[in-house]
Amino acid sequence: MAEDDIILSELSDDELVLQMHDDLYDGLKEEIEEGVGILLERGWTPYDVLTKALVAGMTIVGADFRDGILFVPEVLLAANAMKGGMFILKPLLAETGAPRMGKMVIGTVKGDIHDIGKNLVGMMMEGAGFEVLDLGINNSVEKYLAALESEQPDILGMSALLTTTMPYMKVVIDTLKEKGMREDYIVLVGGAPLNEEFSRAIGADAYCRDAAVAVETAKAFVARKHNQLGA
Amino acid sequence: MTNALSRLLSTHDWLMADGATGTNLFNMGLSSGEAPEFWNADQPDNIRKLYQWAVDAGSDIFLTNSFGGNASRLKLHGAQGRVHELNRLAASLGREVADKAGRPVVVAGSVGPTGEIMAPMGTLTHAIAVEMFHEQAEGLKAGGADVLWVETISAAAEYQAAAEAAALAGMPWCGTMSFDTAGRTMMGVTSAAMVEMVEKLANPPLAFGANCGVGSSDLLRTVLGFAAQGSERPVIAKGNAGIPKYKDGAIHYDGTPALMADYAVLARDAGARIIGGCCGTMPEHLRAMRQALETRPKGPRPTLEAISAALGAFSSASDGTGDDSGAPKRERRRGR
Repeated sequence: MAEDDIILSELSDDELVLQMHDDLYDGLKEEIEEGVGILLERGWTPYDVLTKALVAGMTIVGADFRDGILFVPEVLLAANAMKGGMFILKPLLAETGAPRMGKMVIGTVKGDIHDIGKNLVGMMMEGAGFEVLDLGINNSVEKYLAALESEQPDILGMSALLTTTMPYMKVVIDTLKEKGMREDYIVLVGGAPLNEEFSRAIGADAYCRDAAVAVETAKAFVARKHNQLGA
Repeated sequence: MTNALSRLLSTHDWLMADGATGTNLFNMGLSSGEAPEFWNADQPDNIRKLYQWAVDAGSDIFLTNSFGGNASRLKLHGAQGRVHELNRLAASLGREVADKAGRPVVVAGSVGPTGEIMAPMGTLTHAIAVEMFHEQAEGLKAGGADVLWVETISAAAEYQAAAEAAALAGMPWCGTMSFDTAGRTMMGVTSAAMVEMVEKLANPPLAFGANCGVGSSDLLRTVLGFAAQGSERPVIAKGNAGIPKYKDGAIHYDGTPALMADYAVLARDAGARIIGGCCGTMPEHLRAMRQALETRPKGPRPTLEAISAALGAFSSASDGTGDDSGAPKRERRRGR
């Protein structure tokens, strides 16, 4: 494919960013790492590289996943490429005090041992630049609370695949309410048998149909939360 | 080489498989979070009862209580060292029940997914997947299972690994995938792509098909998708008893026995030769299905309209096959 070969370092900034969106879409990790390096050399701030090149690219991936154009394998490859870029950016973002995307604590509820959906959400959230702490399967309310207190995340994510375990989400939310902690966190729920109506009934902030929707919803809620804090 | 399932298939137009395992075990008091496979050792009478329900309701085939019996799943309960034992028990309890049935009943050794994502996206390599399935298959074989029954698979690579494991164990096998995402599996496999994949296997299954997924309508659309590929291989339909609904603080599947009876007949008319249920399918559903299959004459292949009229609407407009699958390809800036 010699004639198609693109030399990333010869592209203008705008072209390079668009090319990186394509490369994320195709899950090309090495190319993303190279692109991140070039933008940083050209004096871009780590935060601009993150938001304009990587997060913007993953937004396209997320939209096509939502619309049934891409499927999980492609999305995971894209998230993996994104992670390659994030690995370079993470220490730099911390050094420069850039705003954080947000942090999520996620886990499958007590009684439920199904974790593939939860794992996908975790990978996609990381792909979108969020920090994710995965509590694994079968989490009691105590375990969720301990993680919320030690990690101080923006978001609590709960997953359940079984009709017998979904009601436990309400137990966790009710406990948060009792302790006056409910308003401190964005609570997102997901899992095959759930729906919007159920998430409202148990007092969650939102139901996320799939991992792409989880990312979009998380971004929207975190932005709203930051705006409220700024106001 | 013949086996219990191939013999039944050669003498019957259709066979009835069983219904739910999890739903029935929860009703017997299995607490959620517990590995159902532990009951093979700790509550064998309940597992016998589960199998007996299927036999008494007229099933020709029932699946063993070993869905999560691979090392990757059992590890979540610290029981990765008990794979052989728990699978052997699952099958030997089944053997006991089947041998007393007074008619040929096939003990199908259930093999569920590893729950891991396969490389390169995830961490599970092909070699480890084959090894895990093989370990489970040997346990089921030792307990006397007639066939391996691989189910609820999402990734083609995992299905292929299971095929290899069956060959290593020298066991005949069947394998179904779960089409739960707009007519495709979670990993994007369409019904047409599954047929193509199955026919390319060095060790193809005795029968292939779909289980679980969304509702019974979607499942039958998938069966029509298989039929459209013209494969001669027997097709399996194992759909859920409707869709779980949250009502008054509890959750139940909305499919009635009458609906599942319609589903069973439509599944046969759509081209399935092995027909059963999945989540939410209780003995009363199976009895209604058996009766309908025995008493209602075979009809023409149903249209999508006939399926949705009888069983409810589809969860998505398309199933990803055929001409209307042309989701717009992303406009590329240029090749690489």
